[in-house]
Amino acid sequence: MKMDFLLVLVILTNLRLLAAGRLGASIRVVALQGVLVGLVPVLAPEHGPGWRACVLAAGSVALKGWVIPWLLFRALREAEISREVEPYVGHVTSLLAGLAALGVAFWLNDRLPVLEGTSATLLAPTALFMILSGLLLLVSRRLAVSQVLGFIVLENGVFTFGAGVMPETSLLVEAGVLLDVFAAVFVMGIALFHISREFNHLDAGRLSELKDV
Amino acid sequence: MMLLALVLIPTAGGAAAFAVRPAAWRRGLLVGTALMHALVTALAWAQRPAPVFGGWLALDAPGLLFLSITSALFLGAAIYAVGYLRRESHGAQQDFEEGLIFRNEPEAVFIGCLLLFLATMTLVMVSQHLGVLWIAVEATTLASAPLIYFHRHHQSLEATWKYLLVCSVGIALALLGNFFLGVAAAGAGADGAPVPLMLADLLRGAPALHTPWLKAAFILLLVGYGTKMGLAPMHTWLPDAHSESPSVVSALLSGAVLNCAFVGILRAFQVCHAAGQAAFAADLLVTLGLFSMGIAAVFIVSQTDYKRLLAYSSVEHMGILALGVGIGGAGAFGSAWHAVNHSLTKAMLFLVAGNILTVYRTKSILAVRGVLRAVPATGLLWLAGFLAITGTPPFGLFFSKLSILKAALDQQRTGIAALYLGLLAVIYIGLATAFLRAAQGEPPAEAAPERLEHRWLAHAPPAVFGLIVLCLGLHLPGGLRRLLEETAALLGGGL
Repeated sequence: MKMDFLLVLVILTNLRLLAAGRLGASIRVVALQGVLVGLVPVLAPEHGPGWRACVLAAGSVALKGWVIPWLLFRALREAEISREVEPYVGHVTSLLAGLAALGVAFWLNDRLPVLEGTSATLLAPTALFMILSGLLLLVSRRLAVSQVLGFIVLENGVFTFGAGVMPETSLLVEAGVLLDVFAAVFVMGIALFHISREFNHLDAGRLSELKDV
Repeated sequence: MMLLALVLIPTAGGAAAFAVRPAAWRRGLLVGTALMHALVTALAWAQRPAPVFGGWLALDAPGLLFLSITSALFLGAAIYAVGYLRRESHGAQQDFEEGLIFRNEPEAVFIGCLLLFLATMTLVMVSQHLGVLWIAVEATTLASAPLIYFHRHHQSLEATWKYLLVCSVGIALALLGNFFLGVAAAGAGADGAPVPLMLADLLRGAPALHTPWLKAAFILLLVGYGTKMGLAPMHTWLPDAHSESPSVVSALLSGAVLNCAFVGILRAFQVCHAAGQAAFAADLLVTLGLFSMGIAAVFIVSQTDYKRLLAYSSVEHMGILALGVGIGGAGAFGSAWHAVNHSLTKAMLFLVAGNILTVYRTKSILAVRGVLRAVPATGLLWLAGFLAITGTPPFGLFFSKLSILKAALDQQRTGIAALYLGLLAVIYIGLATAFLRAAQGEPPAEAAPERLEHRWLAHAPPAVFGLIVLCLGLHLPGGLRRLLEETAALLGGGL
């Protein structure tokens, strides 16, 4: 019951993200979603969480709720890029596409065989919805930061599914996966920094200056 | 112990490279580490190393096969890189396409990432737990991204960004595939206990896996790792990354990284085969394989950039690998053999392309003429590489392509065989036009052969790779044949 409530909140953060017009707001929503998703391993086991689940949850809340948003805000500040998300498609359209994705997620869930080992009926559809909206964000946003957000949402979806249905996997593997995601966002953050610098460098006026020298 | 050494030697070397100051020492460290890695790999041929960490890391036949390819390629690439880095270490340079000024990445970062990249690839080959395998494959992406961005200008940045994002998304889907596999294995053990995602346990418990979840898992793993392997239509990052990165990195991307992702797909196929779902998985592999060859053929024929040409040729060959495994029988053997031949040949060609790029300073096929006259050694290797990659006898690729064709004909799948041959013919014509044009004729005035300094370092590695492919065609050594047969047997095939 608690789990399904949490998952409804996750779905709402997703819709909020699709409608968001400001980058700062988007990053905060993704951070909130990271915290919510980080709680899944604690709520998923029916007989209460073990210490592994607690460690995993703590790590992932800290990483997705705090470290990654901090990294992205820093990239945003240093890059001094525009504060708008600059979508290729309008906010209303992407919200409608998000609702369609939600429908697809529930339809897909009906076609998948029944999940054993979890009582949360919303688990698989929520995870699928997050994966689909992550892909949607990836293809419909112009700015590199928004694409990173799309990747994080996609990964949150995969994580939710994994943590929900396989609470007993090895801690080492879970930690490795988290570390990889962190490293991926970190490397993407560095790339963001270079992209911003490169685009300043590509300023037509400065280029002719260099040639004259 | 040996397995740990294989992973830890390049990790330590990579960490040290960030700290070592003098450039000559750092380059020595690169070659020295590569040499040590190759030596330990050679020792693994004499005696298979014992599993460590309770079987989490172990070296089976496919692991040893692909590890050997990676190690050999890396050694050649490291030697080539010494000459390359010497040529490149002149501070700011001018981009020859747009005239922009750019700098190179610090050499310490480049060499450090190169060595860490080797460590992650080694981890892919030795991991027996599918979760660890996933972590290692994602880590190869992260370690190699800075390598693509060695030349710090906006085109290579765009290529790096695409590579990072497309591969990370693809590999995230592969993670979902791993979780699906976990669901399929949830009640498959004795007394309904879950089967861990260890390859050996999965193969043993395969018949009890939940079939629909297994099928869904295979599709996700195929799409996920297929993205990284460069199977069409998920190959979009590949031509950009291969054409924009330094040639020595292109050689490693094409010859080693794509194999890493292929290993991921092979593991998934092994599980499907053990679960009695080989037909389902094989059909998917055949479809994607032929589609990749088709896409490659279209883009090869109309290509104007010779590094992108080589990249699309990699898409083609990845298609052939998938097709061979999908057909099965002698095809699985052919596919494993083809992986060896393709890796060596493609690495050779990318290194030679790097030489051409140094002399002509253009990637345009139309602007490069008369390589045979300008730099005879490069021109000869370029022609030899062309003969090898198109599968002209007696090069090894002819025989590996032939065994896949034979497997298709043995099973009376004439449609597939005809399509395979037709696409190979189209690709042959496309490659011949580009390669022969570049080799013959008069070199243009802009060509400056004197720019290619350190010629021994620039020619010896590709020449050795070419020679090995030639020798493999003339005589397949018994040890390698046994290894290939063992690999094929694990995939349900054989001669």
